[in-house]
Amino acid sequence: MRMSGAKMVVQALKDQGVEVVFGYPGGAVLPIYDELFQQNDIRHILVRHEQGAVHMAEGYARSTGKPGVVLVTSGPGATNAVTGLTDALLDSIPLVVLSGQVPTFLIGTDGFQEADTVGITRPCTKHNWLVKDTEKLAATIHEGFHVATKGRPGPVLIDIPKDIQFAEGTYVAPDAIRVPHYQPRTAPDMDAVAQLVQMIETAERPVFYTGGGVINSGPEASRLLREIADAANIPVTSTLMGLGAYPASGKGWLGMLGMHGLYEANMAMHGCDLMVSIGARFDDRVTGRLADFSPNSKKVHIDIDPSSINKIIHVDLGIVGDVGKTLAEVLRVWTERGRKVKTEALASWNRQVAEWKAVRCLTYKPSSSTIKPQYALERLEALTKDMDRYITTEVGQHQMWAAQFLGFEDPNRWMTSGGLGTMGYGLPASIGVQIAHPDALVINVAGEASWLMNMQEMGTAMQFRAPVKQFILNNERLGMVRQWQELIHGERYSHSWSESLPDFVKLAEAFGCKGIQCKDPADLDDAIMEMIRYDGPVIFDCLVEKHENCFPMIPSGKAHNEMLLGEAETQGVIETHGAALV
Amino acid sequence: MNKSAYHMRDANGEIIEAHTLALMVDNESGVLARVIGLFSGRGYNIESLTVAEVDHEGRRSRITVVTTGTAIVIEQIKAQLGRLVPVHEVHDLTVEGPAVQRELALFKVVGSGDARIEALRLAEIFRANVVDSTLESFVFEMTGTAEKIDAFADLMRPLGLREIARTGVAALSRGV
Ligand SMILES: Cc1ncc(C[n+]2csc(CCOP(=O)(O)OP(=O)(O)O)c2C)c(N)n1
Ligand SMILES: [Mg+2]
Repeated sequence: MRMSGAKMVVQALKDQGVEVVFGYPGGAVLPIYDELFQQNDIRHILVRHEQGAVHMAEGYARSTGKPGVVLVTSGPGATNAVTGLTDALLDSIPLVVLSGQVPTFLIGTDGFQEADTVGITRPCTKHNWLVKDTEKLAATIHEGFHVATKGRPGPVLIDIPKDIQFAEGTYVAPDAIRVPHYQPRTAPDMDAVAQLVQMIETAERPVFYTGGGVINSGPEASRLLREIADAANIPVTSTLMGLGAYPASGKGWLGMLGMHGLYEANMAMHGCDLMVSIGARFDDRVTGRLADFSPNSKKVHIDIDPSSINKIIHVDLGIVGDVGKTLAEVLRVWTERGRKVKTEALASWNRQVAEWKAVRCLTYKPSSSTIKPQYALERLEALTKDMDRYITTEVGQHQMWAAQFLGFEDPNRWMTSGGLGTMGYGLPASIGVQIAHPDALVINVAGEASWLMNMQEMGTAMQFRAPVKQFILNNERLGMVRQWQELIHGERYSHSWSESLPDFVKLAEAFGCKGIQCKDPADLDDAIMEMIRYDGPVIFDCLVEKHENCFPMIPSGKAHNEMLLGEAETQGVIETHGAALV
Repeated sequence: MNKSAYHMRDANGEIIEAHTLALMVDNESGVLARVIGLFSGRGYNIESLTVAEVDHEGRRSRITVVTTGTAIVIEQIKAQLGRLVPVHEVHDLTVEGPAVQRELALFKVVGSGDARIEALRLAEIFRANVVDSTLESFVFEMTGTAEKIDAFADLMRPLGLREIARTGVAALSRGV
């Protein structure tokens, strides 16, 4: 079928099953916007800033398992998308970003709104393309979806010059393109699976260390993880990105591990004799000091990305494969061999874990006069946990407290910026989630400083009737920065205040939504319920204790068993060497 | 390839090895930038790099990279290269069995009298060809291993070596 490049873009998106595009128009994408105008199958969400569009697409993708789609113009439109692309790359979120470009005959002349978009985005995409021929446009878009979603997911960008959008070419459907050569391995090596089964059968102190890869693999991977862990009586911890893969109410649940992870999770990692890493990548926030990382364990790593295996930690057994497919084989082989485990050893290991849990590492000093951030999250959890609930976060202390105090029963319910730690992620992400799940309760647990970074997107929430709840833990501080300055930089609080904050209630009114402020713990439950019941977006200004620190904490450069549990332990703990780490 | 690299160690005392990698890639725009960007972005070394299309119909290029690193880093480099979408094959010629490695170099040597005669004599020993000559200069052309080229350059330096142009290593595994 002959059609213009612009029409091809819309046709290709339809054929890829795209329902929503997050975007912002400009000169170099006007032909595509013209085509969007003339159809009704694809919904376009007009954002207020292109960074917002990318984070919305991330929220959409992570909560649905489908790729998120973004449309931006050339030059500033594309450069504004860079932070979101990098965020999606580090957290393995499938995105297809389409950018307009100056016409081919102007490329290289410093034309108006020209930027070397493929050059700029090469290191922050899984792959990108500059399309110089309309005949190749449709196939490139289809290949883009293939690359974004196959293997380890990630963002791709397709740069489309304006003359290519106007020119006519032949449209090809997704099934008519030549099979892309990019076909990452997904099936595990069966010898390796057998070895892993044998290790599970003989382990005395095993632990499953799970990550975002379990979520990316799809709901079946989470189901299999639960089945194996529960049947084998193996405790499960998770990275920030993997929360929800194993249910918080599950009998083996240890909570999150890592720098602000739970005592029991980090102690289990340190003391285990078998560590099975499932779709997690040994981030420095997880491992602490490498030399003392889980010193006495055999380590197995299941990952779809061969480059993740042996990158940071040398493992005894690497299995390249999709988590779901691999766990299915592990379960099958283990069952065939009679589902053997060292029952008694496991019982005593689980008793040890129970002792660690009894330390109750999340204990904090309660207050009846100020709202402790931990208390705010406990109440939010108590009042919303049985609802059809999705949580996004910004970045900082509130993010860590949310990971510690909120419980996730299912995958795809928790959206946070893990790898890049992007302040400003949570608000747009919450809108993306809400667009995908219009009837669900979507809450962005925010810090006041992060929230301001993309607050313009409240306009988008209003325009598209996305009733997102912005739950701002307002400590009038760049709290996480303040915490580090207190612990590492001699309590010199250099520029870590939130000065001149807006009045969030008035701000809500200005956007036309509801504002709530709460500062008394006694009023908190009612205020939270008011937020939940309100049919529309809410900005909830929760004034919390300003100097609360987030514990437990493994100081930089320390090992898992050198965790700090509270204020009393913090004096002079981070040495010069550790201070150099971020 | 620089043999001496075998004797180097990193800050932790791990041995740094030199490896010759051969990549088969799609000859599309940006592919070289992707490969180079991977090396610079992740802090890997490039000792030498050559690239040219080797299959016009299939639009495939062959990139030969000589890199150095500890065994773990070399494995990581290969895995990272393998992840790039336009990269079809990654071969480590250093571990996949014997390989021939050749580089072409041009040397401009300027001088007169004894030095000039000595340069010519050494060129013969090294089987370098004279591809240009004036009354004060020669351009020698030589093909060989990187070590041979290094050795010849060392000898030419006191004899008036002015300029040198090297292609970088091209390599193929031996046998079938
Ligand atoms: C875009 C960006 N800039 C800077 C940082 C560094 N940073 C990490 S946490 C933080 C403070 C966040 O403050 P707030 O959002 O109020 O959260 P709190 O820690 O107070 O809960 C900063 C500045 C970052 N992560 N992202
Ligand atoms: Mg704050």
